Amino acid sequence: MLRLEARRHDSTLMALVSPLIATALTLVAGSILFSLLGHSPGRALYTFFIAPLSDLYGWTELGVKVAPLMLCAAGLNMCYQAKVWNIGAEGQLVIGALAGGYVGLMFPDTQTHWMLVPVLGFGILGGMAWAGLAAWLKTRFNTNEILTTIMMNYIALYGLLYAVHGPLKDPNGYNFPESAQFSEFVTLPVLFPDYRINISILFGLFALAASWIVLNRTLPGFQMRVLGQDQSAAAFAGFNQNRIVWSVMLVSGGLAGLAGICEVAGSIGQLVPQISPGYGYTAIIVVFLGRMSPIGIFFASILLGITYLGGEMVQMNFNLPKSITGLFQGMLLFFLLASDILIHYRILPANRASRVHS
Amino acid sequence: MDIDLVQNILYASVRNGTPLLLVALGEMVCEKSGVLNLGQEGMMLIGAVIGFMVAVSTGSLGLGILAAICAGALSAALFGFLTLTLLTNQVATGLALTIFGTGLSAFMGTGYIGKTLVGLQPVNIPYLMDIPVIGKAVFAQDLLVYLSVVIFLLIIWLFSRSRYGLVIRAVGENPEAAHAVGLPVLKTRYLAVLFGGGMAGLAGAYLSIAYTPLWSEGMTSGKGWIALALVVFASWKAERIILGAYLFGFASILHLIMQGSGYDLSPNILSMLPYVATIAVLIIMSRKQTMTRWLAPKSLGESYRPQS
Amino acid sequence: MKISFSSLLCFILLSSAGAFAEPLKVGFVYLSPAQDAGWTYAHEKARLYVEKELGDKIQTTFIENVNEGSDAERVIHKLASSGYSLIFTTSFGFMNPTFKVAQRFKNIKFEHATGYKTASNMGVYNARPYQGRYLTGLIAGKMTRTNVVGYIATFPIPEVIRGINAFTKGLKETNPDAVVKVVWISSWYDPAKERVAAETLILQGADILSTHADSPTTVQTAEAKGVYAFGYHSDMSKYGKHAQLTAVVHNWGQLYLNEVKSVLNNTWKPENLWYGLKEGVTQLSAFNKAVPKEVQDLVNTRKEQIIKGEKRVFDGPVYNQAGELVVKKDNTISDSDLLTMNWYIQGIEGTLPGH
Repeated sequence: MLRLEARRHDSTLMALVSPLIATALTLVAGSILFSLLGHSPGRALYTFFIAPLSDLYGWTELGVKVAPLMLCAAGLNMCYQAKVWNIGAEGQLVIGALAGGYVGLMFPDTQTHWMLVPVLGFGILGGMAWAGLAAWLKTRFNTNEILTTIMMNYIALYGLLYAVHGPLKDPNGYNFPESAQFSEFVTLPVLFPDYRINISILFGLFALAASWIVLNRTLPGFQMRVLGQDQSAAAFAGFNQNRIVWSVMLVSGGLAGLAGICEVAGSIGQLVPQISPGYGYTAIIVVFLGRMSPIGIFFASILLGITYLGGEMVQMNFNLPKSITGLFQGMLLFFLLASDILIHYRILPANRASRVHS
Repeated sequence: MDIDLVQNILYASVRNGTPLLLVALGEMVCEKSGVLNLGQEGMMLIGAVIGFMVAVSTGSLGLGILAAICAGALSAALFGFLTLTLLTNQVATGLALTIFGTGLSAFMGTGYIGKTLVGLQPVNIPYLMDIPVIGKAVFAQDLLVYLSVVIFLLIIWLFSRSRYGLVIRAVGENPEAAHAVGLPVLKTRYLAVLFGGGMAGLAGAYLSIAYTPLWSEGMTSGKGWIALALVVFASWKAERIILGAYLFGFASILHLIMQGSGYDLSPNILSMLPYVATIAVLIIMSRKQTMTRWLAPKSLGESYRPQS
Repeated sequence: MKISFSSLLCFILLSSAGAFAEPLKVGFVYLSPAQDAGWTYAHEKARLYVEKELGDKIQTTFIENVNEGSDAERVIHKLASSGYSLIFTTSFGFMNPTFKVAQRFKNIKFEHATGYKTASNMGVYNARPYQGRYLTGLIAGKMTRTNVVGYIATFPIPEVIRGINAFTKGLKETNPDAVVKVVWISSWYDPAKERVAAETLILQGADILSTHADSPTTVQTAEAKGVYAFGYHSDMSKYGKHAQLTAVVHNWGQLYLNEVKSVLNNTWKPENLWYGLKEGVTQLSAFNKAVPKEVQDLVNTRKEQIIKGEKRVFDGPVYNQAGELVVKKDNTISDSDLLTMNWYIQGIEGTLPGH
């Protein structure tokens, strides 16, 4: 038998290696899965992880996919650093898209690209308001933020349905549940003509960089991490806990809202009943896989972005269900959590003496 | 409103509340032992898909239900291994279980979409079902509904009359002290987690075998999360859980009843109702910070590492 | 390793593009799982039909569960860039993504279901299930005992509203006292909610149910509760042998076969097809034994009249909910008005959401 022995210090080496171990284990499990399904694991994994990036279009689409993941994950990371369990990025993203999209649709005749500023601004504010509501419930009524943010995800989705079926429905759209398409002045500039990748990827990168600076170089960032590690220490040091809860929620809500408005004002181009294929939930995996560090999140969002594209590829080439994406994402997270034990503990062969008590 | 309608609404509320009751009871026992398992939604889905697959391929509903319980317990065992043995963070692991369960169930169920089976039939209890108003609601349900009530009574007994209830509570309140007096902390927690998983699997089977004899991706639509809120709402008391579950069962059909009765609210707004109700209930139950702190198992969500 | 995989891939590509006559690659994009027994399943059946008819002249694939957000455009783009020369996108939400991709791949043909945008390489097609709904309404009027008929609706879009109105039109024709109770479930596919909605309607007195949702839950529930129901999308009698009186089904097979053949023969052109009972895209499945002979005869007579063009579903007089005459006698509702229909006719309980 094996036993665990606590390390005196967390292993920095293992913190870097454990995501790689998890990825490797996922690939192994994936190969087994593919062979069980009667497909050559090599070809299947190639189709899943490499084929999506075999051309420029694939790379730009990866950019389309990772931008919202980076934005959501950068914000969620702040929350999780402070042990504020915001699971509501999905809903905050939707409300951001709705608020920003509303502004964009209200002024269809504005002929200036400056229009993007209020559109994005209201997107951010929408996400902040939705997250702020959960922060208020937590600080004022002590409600569990995990449960409130999840319930608010469902409410936000119905809110979006209400809007596209009601007030924001395209008046010339044959009564179908979609808004009018945004004018070119409310559409995010693309980075390369003919490709969908747009400036939202820059927002994502900027958000990651900014969050790194805040967490590592500023007092609020320090306070967040202290609160996350030891609540009583934070209280002892006189940090205002409620203020930290409010700020991390508002920041992450704002970033998720930005992700939402970028999605509709970018690659979609109008408000539709389905905006996100679960970015807000996938971003949770991204944060954990990324070691709760902005640099790690950068790589993790790329990996998770590929699982989306790869899921479509294996579906097209092997007729496998697309839900394989969710399966891979779940496995990745599990293996990661299991590998994390190497950070805090050493695995040693059990010696009998220490097992007497248990 | 006529008496028939009231009776039918009660009947439907109990039916709708039953999956919530099953999950919430399981999670309550789990939380009493100090373990917070946020993977309910994932375990329910795994239970639902496995139960349905087994029931369809063997033609036996009983086997399907049994398989669902095992599948739920097995996924809970995975959670237990990670959180109890490998000491991973319970919140993160629970979320992982939900994400994994959603993906895995969708993947496994692909070939079973559109398949059907004859679901669990109601079992009328003679004489009792003729009691006015509540007769039909309580005594004309299917076996799983009766089973859920039996489990409820067993849990009441467990925590009021039995030694095991005390052990679970002791382990959840203060694992170090429990260990010091020789109680098997890890074993108790493992069993509680497995019980919770089995119950979630059973709830999943209730959905896919009794309630809508069908499998569809994500068919739990947040019921696992609502059950988690229900445990807080009930302040870890089984008798409040059963009340809350049926109340939520009512809340989730209320908007459809209102529509049929001619209320003019947007159906999308009305569909928010169960989720809004959950938040409202959380606010009411949590607003006195000291009270929830006092009611919740003290070591809830904290890893326990046996001292060696 | 990597090299060997890509060479393997090259080999596959080369061998498929070899000396033999290249099969036409046809792609299908589905919103929901292919086997859902509902809307998508009808398209999937048609895909298999075309494959069977044309054998090795074509090669088909499908992508299911495609999100209508930003994923749709990439999936369609991916098909277009992987050599698929005819692409069917089978849900309304794919309209703008299909249109965008069609602009970039001018030599590839696109067919989009239920939308309104066309291009030089993009046609649209739709069915007229409301004609079948009207016929089921006739049956419901004859067979209801409680004079309350339940209708499980999804989202208030013209397609769904047309169905409710046509059903009510038929119901009122055979039973002026009967009313339709509508419950909106805000989802295309949610068995649990469909179940509750069906039970709710039954407990409010409905003894016949009609549904627009994709799952067979309504028919199942009717079977369990001992009431009647009409299936939709596909024949759902296996879910309710006693309960299903008949089903309004889509049969896209012939339409798809024609489209694929016209591409094979280089005669394809973008069209706006709206096919119904006459072309066989909308059909009724076999009657349940419980439907009396004279009711079957009435339905068949009306069906023939519609097929021959002697009758249209919304022939006047048609009154709206407020009791105002909207369509005079000897008039009817034009196709373009049907496409945007967003009002209830007389005989439906409750108000249309958003009005």
